[in-house]
Amino acid sequence: MSGGGPRRDDLLTDVLRRARARGATEADGFLIEEQHFSAAVRLGQVDTVKHSREQRLSLRVFAGKASAAASTSDLSRASLERVVDEATALARVTAEDPHAGLPDPGELIDGMPDLDLEEADAEDLTPEAKIEVARRAEAAALASDPRITNSEGAEYWDRRARYVYATSHGFARGYATTAFGLSVSPVASADGEMQRDYWHTAARHRGALEDPLAVGRTAARRALRRLGARKVKTTEVPVIFDPDTAASLVRSVAGAASGPSLYRRASFLLDRLGTRVAAPSVRIVDDGVLPRALGSRPFDGEGLATRPTVVIGEGVLQSYLLDSYSARKLGLRSTHHASRDGAGVGVATTNLMLEAGPTPPEELIRSVKSGLYVTELIGFGVNGVTGDYSRGAAGQWIDNGELAYPVEEVTVAGNLLQMLAAIEGIGNDLVLRDRTVAPTLLIGRMVVAGN
Amino acid sequence: MDDLAPTSPERFFSDRFDVTPTLMERLLGGELARRVDDADIYLEYRVNEELVLEENVVKKASRHVSQGAGVRAQAETRTGYAHTDEISLSNLEEAARQARAIADRATASAVVAVPGRGRAHDLYTLAEPPIVTALARKLELLRKVDAAARAADPRVSQVIASLSSEEIVMLIATASGWTIGDVRPLTRLNVTVIAEENGKREIGSWGGGGRVAFDYFLEAERWTRFAAEATRQAVLKLRAVEAPAGTMTVVLGPGWPGILLHEAIGHGLEGDFNRKGVSAFAGRLGQKVASELVTVVDDGTIPNRRGSLNMDDEGTPTGRTVLIENGVLTAYMQDRLNARLMKMTPTGNGRRESYAHPPMPRMTNTFMLAGQDDPDEIIRSVPSGLYAVAFGGGQVDITSGKFVFSASEAYLIEDGRVTAPVKGATLIGNGPDALRRVSRVGHDLALDEGVGTCGKDGQSVPVGVGLPTIRLDGMTVGGTQM
Repeated sequence: MSGGGPRRDDLLTDVLRRARARGATEADGFLIEEQHFSAAVRLGQVDTVKHSREQRLSLRVFAGKASAAASTSDLSRASLERVVDEATALARVTAEDPHAGLPDPGELIDGMPDLDLEEADAEDLTPEAKIEVARRAEAAALASDPRITNSEGAEYWDRRARYVYATSHGFARGYATTAFGLSVSPVASADGEMQRDYWHTAARHRGALEDPLAVGRTAARRALRRLGARKVKTTEVPVIFDPDTAASLVRSVAGAASGPSLYRRASFLLDRLGTRVAAPSVRIVDDGVLPRALGSRPFDGEGLATRPTVVIGEGVLQSYLLDSYSARKLGLRSTHHASRDGAGVGVATTNLMLEAGPTPPEELIRSVKSGLYVTELIGFGVNGVTGDYSRGAAGQWIDNGELAYPVEEVTVAGNLLQMLAAIEGIGNDLVLRDRTVAPTLLIGRMVVAGN
Repeated sequence: MDDLAPTSPERFFSDRFDVTPTLMERLLGGELARRVDDADIYLEYRVNEELVLEENVVKKASRHVSQGAGVRAQAETRTGYAHTDEISLSNLEEAARQARAIADRATASAVVAVPGRGRAHDLYTLAEPPIVTALARKLELLRKVDAAARAADPRVSQVIASLSSEEIVMLIATASGWTIGDVRPLTRLNVTVIAEENGKREIGSWGGGGRVAFDYFLEAERWTRFAAEATRQAVLKLRAVEAPAGTMTVVLGPGWPGILLHEAIGHGLEGDFNRKGVSAFAGRLGQKVASELVTVVDDGTIPNRRGSLNMDDEGTPTGRTVLIENGVLTAYMQDRLNARLMKMTPTGNGRRESYAHPPMPRMTNTFMLAGQDDPDEIIRSVPSGLYAVAFGGGQVDITSGKFVFSASEAYLIEDGRVTAPVKGATLIGNGPDALRRVSRVGHDLALDEGVGTCGKDGQSVPVGVGLPTIRLDGMTVGGTQM
């Protein structure tokens, strides 16, 4: 993969040079350029078509041990000069921090791995052809059952992006990515009740997308199985999370394992490195170098080479997720998880997964006499400081090992540490179809609140 | 700051980018508006400043500029939208070409009539917008907040105080042949406290702001109260008991618990979901959907509020829309597209996150009007239940009507008295049903402090909510204590 067009790289280098001239002791910057297209159809008709071109330069400057950040989407000379001046001015009013600074230049990525993140040569489809993809997916949902009576639509999207990272020490590297996606949201109705659900596919290469007809049919099946949903009596039972909802648990774990939550003492995983935090069968890995994967990237937001990290292995917390700053604060080393956003540097996962277990999901369901199979979670009831967990849920009631009837308007509650420890079954159905994925998970006991 | 010297939006964009109202109107009249039902060009320039104090010092400071133009063309139900972050004539022409491609087959030319020129309101003109206030004053405030929060209780182990200031200059040219602009200040002070005791840690958070000057935080020592509240909440939660699980009577305190309205009915009354027939409230205008004690209003015209706007992001003046009157559903919230297709009037609720997003019907400040009851008496009327006064976020499934919102400060009610604090619990309900359960409404309507951000379809916009103390019978509370 090449370093990309010289003009933009030069722009970044110029900005960093100006920062040095303005008194910054060191600086780094990230430049993102994006092209985005999306087409939404609804009930067979085109609904919204969007085209966009975006760019953003973000800059971090250090004045000794004090730092500040700035960003702009205006890449005119005047605006860039202003951004540099403002950032260096801000750095002079912020407090010194002994842990601030760029990574050691010697640690920055050397060779670039070929992760095949860009579909560079493929001929672009016409907007009409893209609209047709969405139309076919929605039509498949609408045609799959007479109870699919309405639709929130289907959307096809694609995105091309280029990233360049540079430091005032002379480092500069870039890479390009593509991404393609398709989603469908049908509405099922019967006896005055309406239920919506959703299915999507996304990939770095267009050819890796799931078949539009299959996406539509899956979305329809998910909406249909919610019809006739009822509330259940408040009870404490085994709860099975389907792969999508299980992935949300993994995201919560990653949030608590990330540097900024830890050094702020706002994490239920604080002081637990090297200790058991989950059932022994649980292994959670973040791997940013998987070819073609949606979360892959050759280097992180500070130019450090991406690599696999075992967060939890055999139930033991083996690594936090750190950028250089949070690593220094915690007396550890960066795990190469820095992310750039406008506000500076944070921590982000790449391809995060709870690894598959041995059990087919049907078998996990069969093992439950009476319990809840969760297919949707809503709300924000996760306390990252304590791990206390309480969210709205919908799914299916399990009666004698069978999915018996749909359930809605209930909550599932517990504490994430207790939930991780109570994982009694792990499905063999892991599919890397998103940035964060998990197989079906069986948790021994949780409180389901309803009537 | 020199780049935001006070000026009119028209002057701002013509000086900086050579894009004048005349040029925008010509582009609309020529390339764009022919054979479409509606079209507009939206220009935006935004400066945002973020200061964060943690571990006693301000270590994070950042400043962000974003600018761009969005061009939209609509025909029947179709929308073409193109945006660019380089504002120039050639890019606008290209965007217009892309946006119009979608609308080429329009049959009608029924542009919604809009009220005459000029801004209908002047809700937040400030002598000194928060973005221009000197950094030194802002840093001093954050240090004082930090000291106050730490002094309030020895169990405080961390204080994170942040101050964000923003200014948006926008200009919109509509197919109706007129151009209108707005300058929108926004600021928010937030305090997060971690308290620790015997190995237990808890978090408390408080904040507020609006379309106000920096001095707002100094008036009536607001910042002191924010710091004290965040600390009080964190310390209180250290001794919180497990939240109950099951169906019970719930009393909501005044102010931010109005998020109930936002989730339970607000989203369900947005025009797009109702035009498409995917809202649980579709086709229910004129029907009773709440207890007769309930009147709910969306009002974008309250001076200086976080959810207020002089006009929405389509140029329609904001208004006060009565959504539910004495329990009867009276109106939906509309943008231009959905109003046109539903043959209703735009209500000034067409909002967008930025130039990169087409507008949709969104809420502004949504609240329930005050009733007659004494708040203390409402609590005394409950033999056993939950009293919730502060909330985190909420979410709704528009189609099934199911919504949740999470209490961040709540107490048990036992024999008509407020007793032990409980850990975070999620309240869950069904939109069309929840407000029928309102059995008492207090006389203490309060609007929230100015912290709300609403997400829909990937777009975030600032909003407000408000509520008097109310009693809800038979709500489901999702705790762990059976």
